[in-house]
Formats: sequence, C-alpha cells, structure tokens
Amino acid sequence: MSLIVENLAKRFARFPALKGVSLTAEPGEFLALLGPSGSGKTTLLRVLAGLETPDTGRVAFEGEDFLAMSARERRVGMVFQHYALFRHMTVARNIAFGLRVRPARLRPPRAEIAKTVERLMSLVRLEGLGDRYPAQLSGGQQQRVALARALAIEPRMLLLDEPFGALDAKVRKELRQWLREVHDATGVTTIFVTHDQEEAMDLADRVAVLNAGRIEQIGAPQVLSEAPASAFVFDFLGDSNRAPCRIEGGRAVFDGFSAPLAAPGVAGGATTAWFRPHETLVERTGEGWPVTVTGRLIKSAIVRLECRGAAGAIFEADFPKDAPQADLIVGAEARLKPKRVFAFAESSSE
Amino acid sequence: MRGAVRPRGSAWLIVAAAILWLALTILLPLAAVFAEAFRKGASTFFAAFAEPDALAAIFLTLKVAAVAVPLNAVFGVAAAWAVTKFEFRGKTLLLAVIDIPFSMSPVISGLVWVLLFGANGWLGPQLDSLGIRIIFNFTGILLATILVTLPFVARELIPLMQTQGSDEECAAITLGAGGLTTFLQVTLPNIIGALLYGVLLCNARAMGEFGAVSVVSGHIRGLTDTMPLHVEVLYNDYDFVGAFAIATLLAGLALVTLALKTWLEWRFAGELARGNRRTARTA
Repeated sequence: MSLIVENLAKRFARFPALKGVSLTAEPGEFLALLGPSGSGKTTLLRVLAGLETPDTGRVAFEGEDFLAMSARERRVGMVFQHYALFRHMTVARNIAFGLRVRPARLRPPRAEIAKTVERLMSLVRLEGLGDRYPAQLSGGQQQRVALARALAIEPRMLLLDEPFGALDAKVRKELRQWLREVHDATGVTTIFVTHDQEEAMDLADRVAVLNAGRIEQIGAPQVLSEAPASAFVFDFLGDSNRAPCRIEGGRAVFDGFSAPLAAPGVAGGATTAWFRPHETLVERTGEGWPVTVTGRLIKSAIVRLECRGAAGAIFEADFPKDAPQADLIVGAEARLKPKRVFAFAESSSE
Repeated sequence: MRGAVRPRGSAWLIVAAAILWLALTILLPLAAVFAEAFRKGASTFFAAFAEPDALAAIFLTLKVAAVAVPLNAVFGVAAAWAVTKFEFRGKTLLLAVIDIPFSMSPVISGLVWVLLFGANGWLGPQLDSLGIRIIFNFTGILLATILVTLPFVARELIPLMQTQGSDEECAAITLGAGGLTTFLQVTLPNIIGALLYGVLLCNARAMGEFGAVSVVSGHIRGLTDTMPLHVEVLYNDYDFVGAFAIATLLAGLALVTLALKTWLEWRFAGELARGNRRTARTA
C-alpha cells in the first residue's frame, strides 16, 4: 500500500468539509476523486499535498507519517485547477523552479536542469515554447506546463485538481488520453479530482465517489457502474430514471408488471427503483406505465425520448437510431418499463 | 483607452473648460511658485539654499522620509500578505484600522502623539523621568509621518494580492520552496509594480506632510522644522524669495513623483489595473 488515509476530518469555519474519509492507493495507481462541488474532494487533495491540515485522522505514504511533514518536504507534485503558473517566469523557468530552489547540496548542476527541462518539454509536447510566458499560451498548453513543472521534482505522488475543468471539450478529451499515457510512462501514483463522471470512469483505475464529506463508494469503474453502493452513486454516475416499487421475490414489482433486480440482496418492501435510460423500454403497446412522448433528441447514433407518465413523472429512454421505437414522435402515446432496476436501502438515497 | 473617441463639436467646449480649470487651479499656482522664487534673480534663489536653517530643514525631511517610507513599505507588504494569503479572526477589523489615517485629519494624527507623549500626556511624565523625549524632536515628527502615510503601500497591494490569490505560493511550496524563497521569487515579482507605486505615493506624502508634523514639531528653527514647515516660517518672516525657493523643491518633488508615477503606470500597466482601487486622500 503506498498511500493510507484514515478517518480524515476537516471543518472549516461554517461547514464540515471532510467527515471521516478513509482510502488507500496502490503504488502506481491512478485514482479519481469524483463528487459534486462541496463534496470535500478538493479539500482531501489539499490535505494530501500538505496545503490544509486536517482536524483529525492519519495520512501515511510509503510508511511515513505525512501529517508530520510540511508541504515542501513531501515532494508531492500538485497541478492546480487554474494552473497557478508563475506569471512572470518563462515556461522553462516555471518547469525548472522546483529544481532551482533546492538547497545547494541537492541542486542539480545548471546543465542538468536544462536537460531535464528539455526532456519534460518534449514529454508534454511543448518543444520550442520555453521562452514564452504563461499569458502567451493557450489553456491546454498552460495545463501541460503545470504538469511538466510538477513532474520536474520527480514527485512521489502526483495530485491534480480538476485538471481539465477550464478547457473546452475537444482539448479536454485529447489531454485526458495523453495524461493517462504520461501516467503509464512515469508510473507515479496519481490522484485527480473531478466532478465529471465520464472523465473519472474513462481515466482512472479506481474511482472514489464523495458526497458531503464522505466516501460513498470506492472501486473500479466497472464495479461502480455494475454494483453502485447507493442511490447517490447511481444517480451521480449517469442519467437516471426512478419510480416507486415493491421488492418481492427478487424482483421490483410495479402496477401490474415487474422488472428484475440488477443486484440481489435488497430487503423486501417498498422502495425506489432506479434505472438507466439505455435500460428503459418504450413500446407502442404492452405492459408498462402509460406515457406520452414529450421530447425527442438525436445524439449521434442514439435517439433519446423524453416521456411523461401519469403522475407527471419524467422518464428518459435511449434507443439506437435504427430501432423501431426511435420513430415515436412527440405527442405519441406509449408504454414504458425498465429492463432491469437497481434498488438501495432507503436511508442512503439522496 | 479603448472606447475613447476624438472629441467633436460641443465636446471641445467641455475639454477646453477642463483644461482652463486645471490651468487656473494647478498650473498657475505652480508657475507662481517658480516665478516668485526667481523674482530677484538666480543668485538670490540659490542663496536661499545656503542658509543653514534651510539645509537643516531639507536634511530633516530627507531623514524622516528615509525612515518612515521603508518602515511603512515593510508594514504594508506584511499587512497585505497577512490579509490576502491567510484567514484569521479580526481581518475586517485590521482592514478598517489600516484605513483610519486616510479618513482622519492629519492634525489629529499629530495631536494623538502629543496626547500620548507630551509633557501633560498619558505617558509623558513617566518618559520624562526616564529622560526620554518624544515630542518636539525627530522621533515625534517621524511618528506623525508614519501614522499619516501608513495606508499608502498596504492599500495599493491588498486589492492586487486579493485578485492574484495564493495559488502561486501554494504551487511554489509544493515544489519545495521555503517561505523566503517563495516570497522573493514568486510573490515579490508579482507585486513589485504596485509596491513601487505605493512607495512613491507614500514618499511624496511623507516629504510634503504639513499638518501632523506641525503639531508635534515645536517649530525649532534648524532643528525640528521640515521643508514644508520651513516654507511657512520663511513666509511669515516676509522672506518670500526664500520661502518660494524651498517651495520649488517641493513642487519639483511633485513633478518627479508625477513622472515616475506615469512611468510605473506604463511599465506595470496590467498589474496596476488589476489592483485598481485607489482610496481618496484626505489632505
């Protein structure tokens, strides 16, 4: 285990940011902290970096007590949401900063620093931009300088705070792939914070979902999507539909029809059924809730239907463009039912 | 100056009125200072500076500024650093306290020291028995000047440092930089323009301050008269050429300040604009 976090709690003046967070990371692991704003993910990252001190709890890294070390002693590379590049230094000076400020006996010779900067600039594909100032670079380029600067100190762990948050969608996708490549090439344990579930699921070995200062679930992306631990996790990981149901004999029972449970083990009785739009069936006739199609949206190869049920409930359903249901037009009457549902102990929903 | 257009028609009238007003209220008096100073020729003008009392006044003013300005620069940086990079109780109070000298008449800024340390002041008798004199000498003048010019540097830096935030400092620390390195290599270069600007304004005020200094100085010629005080003394003695000759130095200081200010604004345009929020000075 390279990183062990135990029972971290941190309270700011008015609200508790972390309420007992525990997690571990393997050496070389790529871990995502996913959650809505205010869930405590950035606070957790700043505690790991040494920029915040927790009220209680323990952080150990490779057997060392991290909380007893200052931020500068931890040798943790941090990439900030708005890059935090030194605005009055050139790109090359920014990247070299961590090496230049070392005490004289640990400082590499000038030529070696220059070589390291060259190597990092080509790693982040910024060759030839060493003399530019941060203000002369695009957002994506600034992001890469920030990463190169963090990597220059050969960090024992790399922390990224919403690394792609301020970039446009296309650049974001490119950088995402490239960050994974850089991680695989350097092998450094990497933890990144994001509120974008797609980014977390695409990129990370494991994802920790945070909600209101607690970890709701931590696991590999497939585990999270196939076996979400709570309604919050299910809802946060993608678009979702919900409907009241009763659990009977391992099935969710609705008015006159039923659907299988995706995961067994839910106690019987009344609860809420959750299901994804792509696991929602809409037919012209048959069993299901009577609904009216109120919207129709085409997303590349997929058609999304928005339907309104009897009590005003809104459902979403996705179909391939060539499926027969995709022909349903706005105003059409149809029947809607889930293919399979997730159900959770009521206390953890919302 | 984006968005500005060349004046046309009636606009010229307004521009002309503004220029005329400036000429009347600023340029004319300024010209009068130089005209009066040279009325009896250049030799009388220069003779005014050969006076030992005049030299003493000039020297005292330089000495006061040389101590007060660096002290307030250090205080200003420290206060701005504390207020913008850390969260602590009483922050709003500290900000308000820094602003007090701006909203208080300089006479009060001088009088408080007399009330504290004067012969009949709160601490005066005790200090007197120890042989410590604060009022009617250099120390008193220095304290009054420091109080009057206290907000200049801090007020220039706080809005700028607030917009800049502390991310760069955090980044420097995670990269292994110590506190001093972080300040010298990251913070200082980011605020140097605003800092120089604040120091400049602080200096101009420190050298030109009249009211506060007048209260604590005691007006001992050749000893506790600063340049502005000496101008008044000479004027009351009907030595108009002498008074205006010294006044040309103060006017010259204003012109040099103006030139440096313009240069700073040009050199650090972006930075000063980011922190742009100047507090009005009370005279």
